[in-house]
Amino acid sequence: MPDALIEIFISIFLLIGGAFALIGSIGLARLPDLFTRLHGPTKATTLGVGGILIASVLHFSSRAEGLSLHELLVTLFLFATAPVSAYLIACAALHLRTPAPEDHRRLDRTGGEE
Amino acid sequence: MNRWLPQPMFSLFLWLVWLLLANSLEPGHIVLGAFLALALPLFTVRFWPDQPCMGRPRTLMAYLAVFLWDIVIANLTVARLILGPVRRLRPAFITLPLDLKNDFAITVLAHSLSLTPGTVSSKVSEDRRTLLIHVLDLDDEDQLIQRIKKRYETPLKEIFPC
Amino acid sequence: MLSSAILVAFVCIATALVLNFWRLFAGPTLPDRILALDTMAINTIALLVLLGIHQNLTEFFEAALLIAMMGFIGTVALCKYLLRGDIIE
Repeated sequence: MPDALIEIFISIFLLIGGAFALIGSIGLARLPDLFTRLHGPTKATTLGVGGILIASVLHFSSRAEGLSLHELLVTLFLFATAPVSAYLIACAALHLRTPAPEDHRRLDRTGGEE
Repeated sequence: MNRWLPQPMFSLFLWLVWLLLANSLEPGHIVLGAFLALALPLFTVRFWPDQPCMGRPRTLMAYLAVFLWDIVIANLTVARLILGPVRRLRPAFITLPLDLKNDFAITVLAHSLSLTPGTVSSKVSEDRRTLLIHVLDLDDEDQLIQRIKKRYETPLKEIFPC
Repeated sequence: MLSSAILVAFVCIATALVLNFWRLFAGPTLPDRILALDTMAINTIALLVLLGIHQNLTEFFEAALLIAMMGFIGTVALCKYLLRGDIIE
């Protein structure tokens, strides 16, 4: 492939990645309570960093030294661990009985098994 | 499985991870990776009391394709919800009754739900019968449960039959 | 073209880190702060990888992998502490 085309692909992945990482953090800062805040970082930030890592794979593979795939390992690791972190944080919050807004009153009906 | 290769899939995974980590396909790394992939499962086999049995590799592939597609959709949905008006969100907890019995299958289901549209798994009950899920914008509870069961739980039941 | 895309991505990640830091500062509960720290670790990985592309160096990869692992282990340890009041049982 010509270099210019690869550069366009790398730029697209970088921009998508940066945008999603930013959206994840906006969610973290903006949403009203802990459980809604969990959604931003687990999904958007993980995909954002994944996009930047794919850009890195493309960039280093397009150079002379040949294929460079080890960034995929970080992507894989992040996708495997982000839900575990979210699950544990949610568990900790349920354990501490984090005050939830009115929308979450149902929790007392569904989640009180401790 | 047999005595010297207790977990063939795990060994294959370890070997691939080693090659990715070394970032080369030199013969030395291939041999060293193969050695580690054979030795590590032998030492750690006692940490895995019940082995997940795998059936139907084709269902697994179809599941992975659906899963990757849903991750992209999930992110667009969540981006729209985050950037949209916060007061219009309808966050809620729902409980999903689990049909899966295997611990590993439940883990995979909870993991998939956390990465796909608008849901984060929050707690598996002690008796492994229900899964507490937080939904960012709940429209219709029964419809969502039906969708999860059809889209994720049914293929997982085929992939992990025990 | 590539350098301007890298610059835009740098600005995005830096803004994200500032927002995370604000959440870390504002709280209000401990799980909120743990979540903010976890997100900061993930964004730092993105920053390091971007720096690697910018300077054309692969050496940052190891650091990124280590931060990914340490961030995850840190999150797990902190949550375990909140859940049990103890890390090693």
